[in-house]
Amino acid sequence: MNNRTDIRPGSTMERVNANLARRYAKERRFRRMGMGAIIISLLFLTLLFSSIISNGYSAFWQTSIQLEIHFKAETLDPDGSRDPGLLSAADYSSLVKGALRGIFPEVKKRKERRKLYALVSSGAAFRLRKMVMSNPDLIGSTARIWLPADDDVDMLVKGYIDRDKPEAERRMKDFQIAWLERLQREGRIEKRFNTTFFTAGDSREPELAGIYGAVMGSVFTLLITLALSFPIGVAAAIYLEEFAPVNRFTDFIEVNINNLAAVPSIVFGLLGLAVFINFFGLPRSVPLVGGLVLTLMTLPTIIITSRAALKSVPPSIREAALGIGASRMQTVFHHVLPQALPGMLTGAIIGMAQALGETAPLLMIGMVAFIVDIPAGMMDPATALPVQIYLWADSPERAFVERTSAAIMVLLTFLMAMNAVAVILRKRFEKRW
Amino acid sequence: MAGLPLFKHPLKDINRLIMHPSTLFFTLAILCAFSFWIGKRRALTIADGQIRNLHSLPGYYGYYATLWCAIPALTLLALWTGFESNIITALVIRGLPAELQHLPADHLNLMVNDIRNLVSGNIVSGEIDPAMRAAADHYQNLRQISQAALAVVALTLSILGTLLACRRIHKAQRARNGVERAIMLFLIGSSSIAIFTTIGIVLSVLFEAIRFFQAVPVGDFLFGLKWSPQMAIREDQVGSSGAFGAIPLFAGTLLISFIAMLVAAPVGLMAAIYLSEYASKKMRSITKPLLEILAGIPTVVYGFFAALVVAPFIRDSGSLLGLDVSSESALAAGLVMGVMIIPFVSSLSDDVINAVPQAMRDGSYGLGATRSETICQVIIPAALPGIVGGLLLAVSRAIGETMIVVMAAGLSANLTANPLQAVTTVTVQMVTLLVGDQEFDSPKTLAAFALGLMLFATTLILNMVALYVVRKYREQYE
Amino acid sequence: MQTLIKQQSTIGAADRRTVGRVTVENPRIRCRNVHVYYGEKRAINGVTLDIGRNEVIAMIGPSGCGKSTFLRCLNRMNDAIDGCRVTGDILLDGQDIYDKRLDVVPLRAQVGIVFQKPNPFPKSIYENVAYGPRIHGLTSTRSELDEVVELSLQKAGLWDEVKDRLNQPGTGLSGGQQQRLCIARTIAVGPEVILMDEPCSALDPIATARVEALIDELREHYSIVIVTHSMQQAARLSQRTAYFHLGDLIEVGMTNQIFTNPRHRLTEDYITGRFG
Repeated sequence: MNNRTDIRPGSTMERVNANLARRYAKERRFRRMGMGAIIISLLFLTLLFSSIISNGYSAFWQTSIQLEIHFKAETLDPDGSRDPGLLSAADYSSLVKGALRGIFPEVKKRKERRKLYALVSSGAAFRLRKMVMSNPDLIGSTARIWLPADDDVDMLVKGYIDRDKPEAERRMKDFQIAWLERLQREGRIEKRFNTTFFTAGDSREPELAGIYGAVMGSVFTLLITLALSFPIGVAAAIYLEEFAPVNRFTDFIEVNINNLAAVPSIVFGLLGLAVFINFFGLPRSVPLVGGLVLTLMTLPTIIITSRAALKSVPPSIREAALGIGASRMQTVFHHVLPQALPGMLTGAIIGMAQALGETAPLLMIGMVAFIVDIPAGMMDPATALPVQIYLWADSPERAFVERTSAAIMVLLTFLMAMNAVAVILRKRFEKRW
Repeated sequence: MAGLPLFKHPLKDINRLIMHPSTLFFTLAILCAFSFWIGKRRALTIADGQIRNLHSLPGYYGYYATLWCAIPALTLLALWTGFESNIITALVIRGLPAELQHLPADHLNLMVNDIRNLVSGNIVSGEIDPAMRAAADHYQNLRQISQAALAVVALTLSILGTLLACRRIHKAQRARNGVERAIMLFLIGSSSIAIFTTIGIVLSVLFEAIRFFQAVPVGDFLFGLKWSPQMAIREDQVGSSGAFGAIPLFAGTLLISFIAMLVAAPVGLMAAIYLSEYASKKMRSITKPLLEILAGIPTVVYGFFAALVVAPFIRDSGSLLGLDVSSESALAAGLVMGVMIIPFVSSLSDDVINAVPQAMRDGSYGLGATRSETICQVIIPAALPGIVGGLLLAVSRAIGETMIVVMAAGLSANLTANPLQAVTTVTVQMVTLLVGDQEFDSPKTLAAFALGLMLFATTLILNMVALYVVRKYREQYE
Repeated sequence: MQTLIKQQSTIGAADRRTVGRVTVENPRIRCRNVHVYYGEKRAINGVTLDIGRNEVIAMIGPSGCGKSTFLRCLNRMNDAIDGCRVTGDILLDGQDIYDKRLDVVPLRAQVGIVFQKPNPFPKSIYENVAYGPRIHGLTSTRSELDEVVELSLQKAGLWDEVKDRLNQPGTGLSGGQQQRLCIARTIAVGPEVILMDEPCSALDPIATARVEALIDELREHYSIVIVTHSMQQAARLSQRTAYFHLGDLIEVGMTNQIFTNPRHRLTEDYITGRFG
């Protein structure tokens, strides 16, 4: 027997020790790879969040321009009747233009004038109209009013347009910048909190676009999803966990649920399009159909988590109830279900969070339309928050990048809040039997 | 306040209020509550106030009456709303002038859409001619009649149901068993929805796909090398038939999924290994939730990030190296998709690795193995089936992922294996074909369903295999 | 029952000092005043004990008395357990094994362990035995490895039973064969001490007999520490026996003395079956 194959007690230590350095080097390499994997993931997470936040936080402020608006009676209400019909049809943009001309009397050429008027958002006229409609006494008076600036102005003030670039390559020309600088010196430019972003629907003009319409669309969609998927999911879980006999049918249901949980979400969109819209003739783009599709999509999640919650209720509770003569149905509804409910709620919230972030199936059923109005019900055309993000991300204007990021921040806030509630719920009601 | 719209046509508004579905629903709910009370009272009367004279608790008789009140009416309501629109549309079409009725199917569809839009007050695509205006009025009229009829029939049904239930209540009646049987049916029905969903998916995708294959041969679709689904708007236009060869899409999907798995598999697996075998408890409690955040971020956010940050970065660094990188490269989409899948892979692997019994680890450590030796030579081989199953599920997810590729990968159907070029995927094409205005019978729209069929079939097979492998693996250690 | 509790409490802390000779001449492992804590809980309470060369020493005692914990300290298998802390000295051939600079990898190659439940890796029989020599780099060629595997299986008395199916999975063997496979796996690394944690508790009587016979043969070359629940097994296999009670080492002595003439009251109660 040569030395290499000697395994008598203690004879191997020399060889073991000889290899140690090499083995530990390998160990360190492996460990570093694991650490690296974690670092890569977290680095990406940080990068994603920091780029979204750094791009998006400025959207919560909107550049406004202060103008002296003279609510000329001859423009708004020539006959003094205060008739709402006439008031709403009046030319409010001329008030804005007049105010701008008042500040820059030296601008005379038509072309330059048009550029000058473009400094203020086209939404300014609407705002003035709203003010007059709610308070007709304004007519004839003069007031200093903050009006939203155009998105290009907004971008320039926020520093997204590089002033050092050659003039031909930027959207704001030198003379426009000069005007703005003058306005700035006069204290007429200010970044104010962007309420429009939270109260308006979609718009082609970035400075007038808001997420409220999309948020309401998401709310209606999720209400339907919750109202349908939670009871159905819980009922299915109860049947499968408490009553279902072990047979082929039950097996088949389980296979189906597990598979559906892994079917791509876009396929659910196709189902919604073919069944709800084409077959049942429901309208396109409405939260009702969106809710139905998302219900089918989240059901597997809710069923699976609800079953886990039921499983965690110890059999002794069931035996106790059955032992005093309760029916199986009574046992489940009086004793098992209350114990499992927090776990089921957690699952429902997680399912809802998943549904809130879902985009692809909603594209399929037409919830991607450009919709300005705020939906008032589940049969009104609507988009959803993630779809709004998708739509804005496609828009070329620089100002929409900022708004997209801000909308993402809002969406992520909602999602994190939902997940936090789920975690708290789980912690609070977690029982150790 | 005279100008407020509510008072303009008071009668019409009240009419609308009565007809509104939610009003009907609300009335039904009140009726149900009422029937519960009646049923309970009836039971108590029969029992002379002695509950022990009854088979079940009085409440069950109440529920029994409620069921009779609600179920027939709700079933009717569901069926009615389900088919109302189709029937009315058919009636309206029949009422159209003869020359309009004989239009080709897709034009007719377009017009019906316009009529519906007219009714709901939306913008109409074409100009409104008197015939259409008349049809819209007809439609409106029919709908009002239908709503009113529905309200009457449903309410009658629920009242009749309640009365019938009350008549049937007697002392020995097993109301509880009846109610429980109804609940049981509801439970079974709820669990069968999973089956119906699958059937629904299969049927809807299959039917439209078959119609597509009637226009485009299966062989051309599966093996064609050119994809350009542009269909002519007019029939006499040149090149009116698009090319529907799906190979470039399959190749693009595989390329992007491959890149994604190249990122997700090693990183996800190593992260899971590090967290379960190396990390301290404290580190685990911090890192795991952070990884879960990564999993909870909606895909549209990843897509935006890919298009805004990653793709330009790759293009710029590529041009620094003198490479010609497309601004919508497969690499950017694949990388970001990979990151999206990391937490998925890591949580599945984590489960699988933790299922390896501690005795295996003890056995290896007891022989003097280092951690990495134990992991690479004992734990991973033992967990391999589970890990493979998890990776298959991840592949299925990558193939079906939509938003990242829609936003970051291109539309051009290049047949290439170069990750720096733009490719397109099955899901991207499905979205492009179905988003926006379309007619439902053109091969272009139907192609989306054919692609959907391929997608569903592929992911279904992957899922089945993966779930089977994982289940077998778990049984081994249970 | 009442009286028993009284007896125990009257024996008390004062009587829990170890009775009998804890030292041997020229010991392989020398333990001095070893305490083990799990978090705040003290599992082993100041144990002092020597383990000699080429002897089988049995550790007996009621469940939860700390004998397994103590055993696992001897090759630092407790390291993996969260919150486990060991104080005192454990010297292997004069080297403190809890020294910070000491490396557990070669230590475990020197002090092997066999567990309660046979735990073959989900690999072939051959690979199970070859695993240790491979990771430690003990052989350089395939034929050398073959030789080591054969030798180890022979020493473990398993060779004749498995030589024709070395490529079949180790998990397919019977329980007793699996346990002998685990012993072969341990021997293949060439340890000097083998720790055995109730190696026969999961086996049927016939398999137990074979493993016991094997342990008896191995004594010639190795120091063996065996934890057992079965007093008969301790009596059959060991030269010395140590009796543990609630974390204390109560009595150490020659096996036949312990079983025929225990000197401590607790040992006597246990041996005579009054509790355990």
